[in-house]
Amino acid sequence: MSVEFELNGKTIAYDGPADTPLLWVIRDSAGLTGTKYGCGIAQCGACTVHLDGQARRSCVTPVSMVAGREITTIEGAASPAAKALQDAWVELDVPQCGFCQSGQLMSATALLEWIDNPSDEDIDGAMAGNICRCATYQRIRKAIKLAASRMGEKA
Amino acid sequence: MTSGPVATRRGVLAGGGALVIALAMPLKARAAAQAAAPFAPNAFIRVAPDNSVTVVIKAIEFGQGAATGLATLAAEELDADWSKVRLEFAPNDDALYANPMMGTMATGGSGTIATAHTQMRVAGAAAKEMLVAAAAKAWGVPAGKIAVANSMLTAPGHSATFGDMASAASAFPVPEKPTLKTPDQFKLIGKTLPKLDSAVKSDGRAQFTVDVKRDGMVTALVAHAPMPAAKVANFEAAAALAVPGVLKVANVDSGVAVFAKDMAAALKGRRALKIDWDTSNAETRSSKELEAKAQAMAAKPPLPVMNTGELPKPAKGIAIVEGTYTLPYLAHAPMETLDAVVQITGDRMDVWLGSQFQTMESAAVAEAAGIAKDKVLLHQQYAGGSFGRRATFDQAFGREAGRVAKAWGGPEPIKFVWTREDDITGQYYRPMNAHKVRAAMDAKGKVVGWDHGLTGQSIGNFMMVDTLDGQKVDALIFEGVREQGYAFANHKLGIGVLESPMKVLWWRSVGHSHTGYVMETMLDRLFAAQGIDPVKGRLDLQENERAKGVIAEAAKMADWGRKMPEGRALGIAFVESFNTFVAEVAEVSKGKDGLPKVHKVWAAVDLGLAVNPDVIRAQVEGGIGYALGHALHSEITLGDGGIIEQRNFDTYPSLRMSEMPEIEVSIIPSDKDPTGIGEPPVPPLAPAVGNAWFALTGQAVERLPFARGIAEKSA
Repeated sequence: MSVEFELNGKTIAYDGPADTPLLWVIRDSAGLTGTKYGCGIAQCGACTVHLDGQARRSCVTPVSMVAGREITTIEGAASPAAKALQDAWVELDVPQCGFCQSGQLMSATALLEWIDNPSDEDIDGAMAGNICRCATYQRIRKAIKLAASRMGEKA
Repeated sequence: MTSGPVATRRGVLAGGGALVIALAMPLKARAAAQAAAPFAPNAFIRVAPDNSVTVVIKAIEFGQGAATGLATLAAEELDADWSKVRLEFAPNDDALYANPMMGTMATGGSGTIATAHTQMRVAGAAAKEMLVAAAAKAWGVPAGKIAVANSMLTAPGHSATFGDMASAASAFPVPEKPTLKTPDQFKLIGKTLPKLDSAVKSDGRAQFTVDVKRDGMVTALVAHAPMPAAKVANFEAAAALAVPGVLKVANVDSGVAVFAKDMAAALKGRRALKIDWDTSNAETRSSKELEAKAQAMAAKPPLPVMNTGELPKPAKGIAIVEGTYTLPYLAHAPMETLDAVVQITGDRMDVWLGSQFQTMESAAVAEAAGIAKDKVLLHQQYAGGSFGRRATFDQAFGREAGRVAKAWGGPEPIKFVWTREDDITGQYYRPMNAHKVRAAMDAKGKVVGWDHGLTGQSIGNFMMVDTLDGQKVDALIFEGVREQGYAFANHKLGIGVLESPMKVLWWRSVGHSHTGYVMETMLDRLFAAQGIDPVKGRLDLQENERAKGVIAEAAKMADWGRKMPEGRALGIAFVESFNTFVAEVAEVSKGKDGLPKVHKVWAAVDLGLAVNPDVIRAQVEGGIGYALGHALHSEITLGDGGIIEQRNFDTYPSLRMSEMPEIEVSIIPSDKDPTGIGEPPVPPLAPAVGNAWFALTGQAVERLPFARGIAEKSA
C-alpha cells in the first residue's frame, strides 16, 4: 500500500507495509538520519518526532497512522522555540555523545511550544520519555530554561 | 613540560605537504590527503588556504570530549583562532596514531589527555615555528620579532594569516624539539572553550555509523541466543525469507544473519526465524547459582593477594563490622548500539565504525571476512557512547561484522546493526562481584584490621599479578581495595575467580565501580560504630595530600556538619581511580518510591592540569548521572537455563530527568600533568548515596541496585 504524509513540509509517498514503523520510513526511505533508533519500544525517546506538532515516538508509530498528517523531524525543526533551544544547546555545550539529542530537542521543542515558561516539574514531565545515557540532564534542564527566557525577552 | 615525544614527519614522510602523505600511505591516509592542504607538518595538523586549522583526532569521540581536549592542546601551542579549528578523525594507522601506553590505536583508561597532551602540544608548537620561519623569510625580519595570535602572524609593517603562509611554511624543516609554552602563557588551556562538536550534535547533522549512507546498501541483523555463549545448532529460514524485502539468511556461527533491503524488513525477517541453540558451551546457570558460588568463594578465598596481619580479636574499644556485598552484572548500554558498515571491493575493504580500537577492530573485521588486514581502510565516525563497551580486545563484534559481510558475499555495502535487545543481552558485562569483609576500627578511628574476601570474574590477562603463593590473578578484579591512600593495619585480601563462559568487560571505572562502593560504605559503618564523623575520620586516615584536598573541598562545598532539613542526610565518599582524585557528597532523602532521592551532589576533583574545565565539569555531571542510574535501578540477571532476564530499557532502566540531582563541581587548581576524567567521577557516587542512606535510615545496603538491596533489607 502507499501512504502519503508531509515530512518537514514535503509530501512523501511510502510504498510498503502499513505497519512499518515511521522511524524506518524516515531513516531508510526518506534518508533523514537525524532521528535515531535507541530501543524500538518507546522507552528511550531517541526517535522522537512531531506529529501535527506533538512529540511522538516514531519507533512505535505505524506509518499508516500518519497518512495525511504532518511530521517534523530535527532536520525540519525551524520554529522559534526549536531555534532558541538549539542555540541554548550549543551555548551550554549540552551534548556529550550526542546520539539522543535530536530526540531530546524534539521533546523540549514540543514543551516550549506548549508552555512558555516551564517549571522544573513541567520539564521532568515533558522529558521523562527521553533517556540520555551520558546523563547530560542537568544541562538539558538549564538549556530549556535559557531558551525559554530568551524567547520571553523577545516576546 | 618541554621534553617528550617529538612530532616530526621524518622517518614517516620524506618531504613536505599532503601529497607526500598520500604517496607514503596510499590507502590509510587517503582521507588526510584528500583535503590536499598545503601545510601538513605532521600527522595531527593541517592548515588550509582558507585559514582553517584541522586537528586530526586519534581518539574515539563518544561524548567524553577528547576531540575538543586534543584540539585545545594543539591549538594552544599553535596560537590558533579557536573558531577556525576543525576536527577530523584519524584513519587506522598505528605508525602515526598509536596510543603510546598501548602500542596501538586505542582509547581507554581515561587516558587520552594523560597520554597525548605533550604529543599534541609538540605538534602544534612545531607547526607554529614553521609558520614563523616562513613569515621571517618572506618579510626579511628575525623570527623573534614575529608575534603569533589568533591564527595571525604579525611584525611591524607586516601581517599574514596562517592560511596565507601555509604553502611557504611547508618548505621549512620540521623542528625536532619546538619550544612549548609555560602555563602562564596559556590562552586556551584551562579556559572554558565551546566544544567543537556541540553544533552538529544539536541539529541532527552529526553522523554516526548507523547514519552512513552508501548506494545499494543492505541492512543486516543477527539473531543471537537468549543465553550467554550459545551457538547455532539448527535454524529454519523459510518464514524469514518469505518476508518482503528479506534478501538472504545465513548462519554466522554466533547467530543467524538476516539481510534485507532496509531495517524494517530485517527486523520482521529476524522475528520470523526459528533457531535451535547449541548450549553445550553456554552459561546455563542462573544468577542465584552464580551468586551462591561467588559468595562461598569470597568467604574462603583461594588466592591470597596481601596479608599484613590478622584481624584483631574482639576487645573493648574495638568495633568490628562485617559486610556481605553482592554487586550485579551490568550492561553498558551506550545510546548507539554496536554497528558497522562494511564494503568489500575485490581484495580490499572499507569499514565505517565508531571504533575505540581503530587498527585492531578494522583488522578484525577484515580478517573475519577473508581480507588482508593491510587492505582495510577505516572511516572513523562519531560514536554514541561506550562506557567501556566498544573497548573489546577480542573484537567479537568486529569479527561478527566481518563474518556477516563475508556471508553476504557481494560488493554491496552492508550496514550491520545490533538492536537494543542484542545490546542488553550481548554479554561483555561488568562482572558480578561478591565481597565478604570483616573490618576493625579502634576508638580513635584507626583501621586495625581489614580482612577482605572478593570473588569476581577475570576481564582478561592485561593486569596479571602474583599472589602470595605464586599463582597469578587479574588485578582488575580487586583494584581499589588496597591503593586508596588510607592507612590500614592488618590488611588481608583474598580473591576468588568465578569461571564462566559468559564474557565480561571493563565498565566505566572497571574494578573501582564495585570496590569503591564496598570500601567506602564499610568505612562509614566503622565510623558510625565508633561515633566518628565520616569526613574527619577520612581526613585522619588519609596519607595522601591530594586525597585530603578533595575530601575537604567536597565537605566544604556541601557545608558538611550543617543542620539538615527533616528527612535529609549527607553522605561522603572518596575514590582515587586512574590517578585522579574525586570526593563526592550526596544529599539524600527517602523518595516516594522508597528509594534514595538524591537532591544534590557536590564533587571535588583533582586531575592535575585542567585542560578544558567545562569538559571536565560535563564528565563529572554525566559520570554521576551514569553511576546513579545504575546504582538505583540496574542489574543483569540470569534466570533458569542462563536465560538473560533483561532485554531493553523497560527491564534495564536508565536514569531519567526527574532523578538527576543538581551537581556542583570544584576542580582543584594544579599544574601537575593532567590525568583522566571519563571514569573517575563514577566510583564515589554509589557509596556517597549509600552512606547518606545509612545516616538517614540506619540501613547499610549490601546489594545493588538500591531497588533490590533496600527491598531485601526491608523484607
